[in-house]
Amino acid sequence: MQDILFYVFALLTLLCGFLVVANPVSRNPVTSAMFLVLTIVSMAGLFVLLHAYFLAAVQILVYAGAVVVLFLFIIMLLDVKAEERRKVKVFGIVTGILSVVAVGCILITSIREGMANLPRTQAVGDTISLGKLLFTNYVLPFEIVSVLLLVAMIGVILLSKKELK
Amino acid sequence: MTPVGPQHFLAVAAMLFCLGLLGVIMRRNVLVIYMSLELMLNAANLALVAASRYNDNLNGQVMVFFIITVAAAEVAVGLAIIVALYRKRQTAHVEDLTSLKL
Repeated sequence: MQDILFYVFALLTLLCGFLVVANPVSRNPVTSAMFLVLTIVSMAGLFVLLHAYFLAAVQILVYAGAVVVLFLFIIMLLDVKAEERRKVKVFGIVTGILSVVAVGCILITSIREGMANLPRTQAVGDTISLGKLLFTNYVLPFEIVSVLLLVAMIGVILLSKKELK
Repeated sequence: MTPVGPQHFLAVAAMLFCLGLLGVIMRRNVLVIYMSLELMLNAANLALVAASRYNDNLNGQVMVFFIITVAAAEVAVGLAIIVALYRKRQTAHVEDLTSLKL
């Protein structure tokens, strides 16, 4: 059952990811954003299969709930029309596909090589254990990240002022 | 069919990363390039969660938590930059934004 669910979610993730990047029907960024939501939700399914329940919830809340909504807001604000068909450069496509194939080969070989001596037990990422870890070993990074969020907020306010001085 | 193990999850993560890379290289709309960047970040997250699960070590998942936080901050700042750019140049097309080119 779990294996079937894995294949369903993996297929859904990859298919929707492909439609974000290269949708053959529409080049509208709104369509890409919608498929990004689907990709993120099916990836949350994969997280649940990996017993990372807390991260699955955070993934849906933060990514599907906040990040993609932000994307849609900006698309609405900019009034971006569908990308008009410009002449696609053959050179760009060839180099793109070549570099992607190269990176893919490296990743696949490293996955093949690096699978030895896995422990018998497997971690379960529920909220209690993650929270304990976060507030004992990782208190300092946690606080620093909150400062980072504050800095990002101030930066955004400065950037979006009408007059950039 | 072999039972699903860490290799399968890592393979999905690798393929998703390649898709994101392809989008960053081939698409011309700044917003879509940004979404492809998000895809690549998500692929890295998936690989980290899989490695954390099968190594019986929760530190990887804490790392993913921080990555998600930083990605949210990054999206906010990046989109603000895109809006500022659009105000100045009226375009969201990377081929029109070449003033840094020699």
